[in-house]
Amino acid sequence: MRPFTFHKVNNAAEALKDKKAEAQFIAGGTNLVDLMKKHVALPDALLDVSAALPKDIVPGGKGILIGAMARNTDLTLNKDLLARYPLVARAVLAGASPQIRNMASVGGNLLQRTRCPYFYDVTAPCNKRQPGSGCGALNGAERMSAIVGYTEQCVAVHPSDLCVALAALDAEVKIMTPDKKEKILPFRDFHKLPEATPWKDNILPENALITQVFIPANPFYQHFSYLKLRDRTSYAFALVSVAAALHLEKGKIKAARLASGGVAHKPWRWYEAEAFLKGKVPSEAVFAEAAERVVKTVKPLAGNAYKVPMLKGAVETALQNCITPHE
Amino acid sequence: MNKQHYSRRFFLKSSAAFTALAALPAGVKAFYVDVENVVLPPRQMLPLTVSVNRKKYEVQADSRTTLLDLLRENLGLTGSKKGCDHGQCGACTVHINGERALSCLTLAAMVPGQEVTTIEGLADGDDLHPMQQAFIDCDGFQCGYCTPGQIMSAVACVKEGRTGSVEEIKEFMSGNLCRCGAYNGIVQSIQKVAAR
Repeated sequence: MRPFTFHKVNNAAEALKDKKAEAQFIAGGTNLVDLMKKHVALPDALLDVSAALPKDIVPGGKGILIGAMARNTDLTLNKDLLARYPLVARAVLAGASPQIRNMASVGGNLLQRTRCPYFYDVTAPCNKRQPGSGCGALNGAERMSAIVGYTEQCVAVHPSDLCVALAALDAEVKIMTPDKKEKILPFRDFHKLPEATPWKDNILPENALITQVFIPANPFYQHFSYLKLRDRTSYAFALVSVAAALHLEKGKIKAARLASGGVAHKPWRWYEAEAFLKGKVPSEAVFAEAAERVVKTVKPLAGNAYKVPMLKGAVETALQNCITPHE
Repeated sequence: MNKQHYSRRFFLKSSAAFTALAALPAGVKAFYVDVENVVLPPRQMLPLTVSVNRKKYEVQADSRTTLLDLLRENLGLTGSKKGCDHGQCGACTVHINGERALSCLTLAAMVPGQEVTTIEGLADGDDLHPMQQAFIDCDGFQCGYCTPGQIMSAVACVKEGRTGSVEEIKEFMSGNLCRCGAYNGIVQSIQKVAAR
């Protein structure tokens, strides 16, 4: 690792005051420490924000507020979340290992970097790590890469499972900017596509802090599922994942939510398929048609065409799993 | 046609060049040190008070020291193993405030104020922890390199109550890899302790 200074801050105001351009905030460290060991992240200074940010989970009439320092494990045990927002726990349990979930924070999960092998290999070109150096994954080992929303600049995918659930549930990100103003960013816009600036993963302003995540109250706590397909059945990043949730009323789909991980530079919502499902009577044929509408919009690379039928099957299965009641 | 010949001037020039080249490495090295001091920030030594296995230690450690390196190099507690050093294998698993965590991805500077338990802190004198005994009884290891991490993770797995089925145990032990493939013995060890 490159030398750095370490400093623990006591509150958000202190964190923002001490934050210089070459410094980085550290919370759980599960991603940043690894990136520093690989010389991908080279901060001059680390500001430990673990004591500076809220870690409580506060339910309310309008939704639930999750502190940025809540550990991933907390999301899988909190009774209020499990009762009304169980999709969140499903997604979190599909990711990482128990050790990592004990360490990793919610705020850090939103900011974790891609696991694209070219991003991690400092001898390879990567526009995300070194702007202008090119994309090693495009026409390279691209089996893990994106199938939608990518550019020639970057074909990386966002690695988070939690974020797929948060995207599906229309969450909001509460941030504090360096001038100590609180702002709310809709989750759907928080992560961005690579466009011409692949080195930016999200729209969090420079030196700003994530303080909380808000999930609005919703009817998607009875019929939901999270399906993650990967190289081994546990402790691996998604090749394709699907968060599905249905609001059923009188035997019809009143509203549907459908999001995927492993397909794009950000957690990806399938709005067209959601609109198609609205008002339909759930059936295998309807779910198959929804899955068809999902894959109609994707454009795989030469090396990851396998993801298309995989995604189609995953969407169908995830929707079907929504109908089977959960224990 | 030009006749090839080597002049006196050519000889002097080339020998001077070779002499300069020979002198270069030391110069380059000195230059590199200068550059390093300018480009890289100076290393920071931190005074840390850490509590490991209910014992307080006062140490001076580079800010880059991970908890794993602190345990192994500074405190001589070599039970926690360095497998991948990137959070992929679980050999470095310890408990922080009673919860399992990866010491290779935890900076030592983040630990003061928290209680760390390592494999050395499990046994009560010569009396092994029930999980340690179960690993012996059930052949929960072969080479033993992943075992300290496996046992720390297994103790936590039982405490978390994630032992309802073989599938659940396997899922909640998936952060610990064993290249000998002692997985069946490990699952049996956990079942044995969970049933107590």
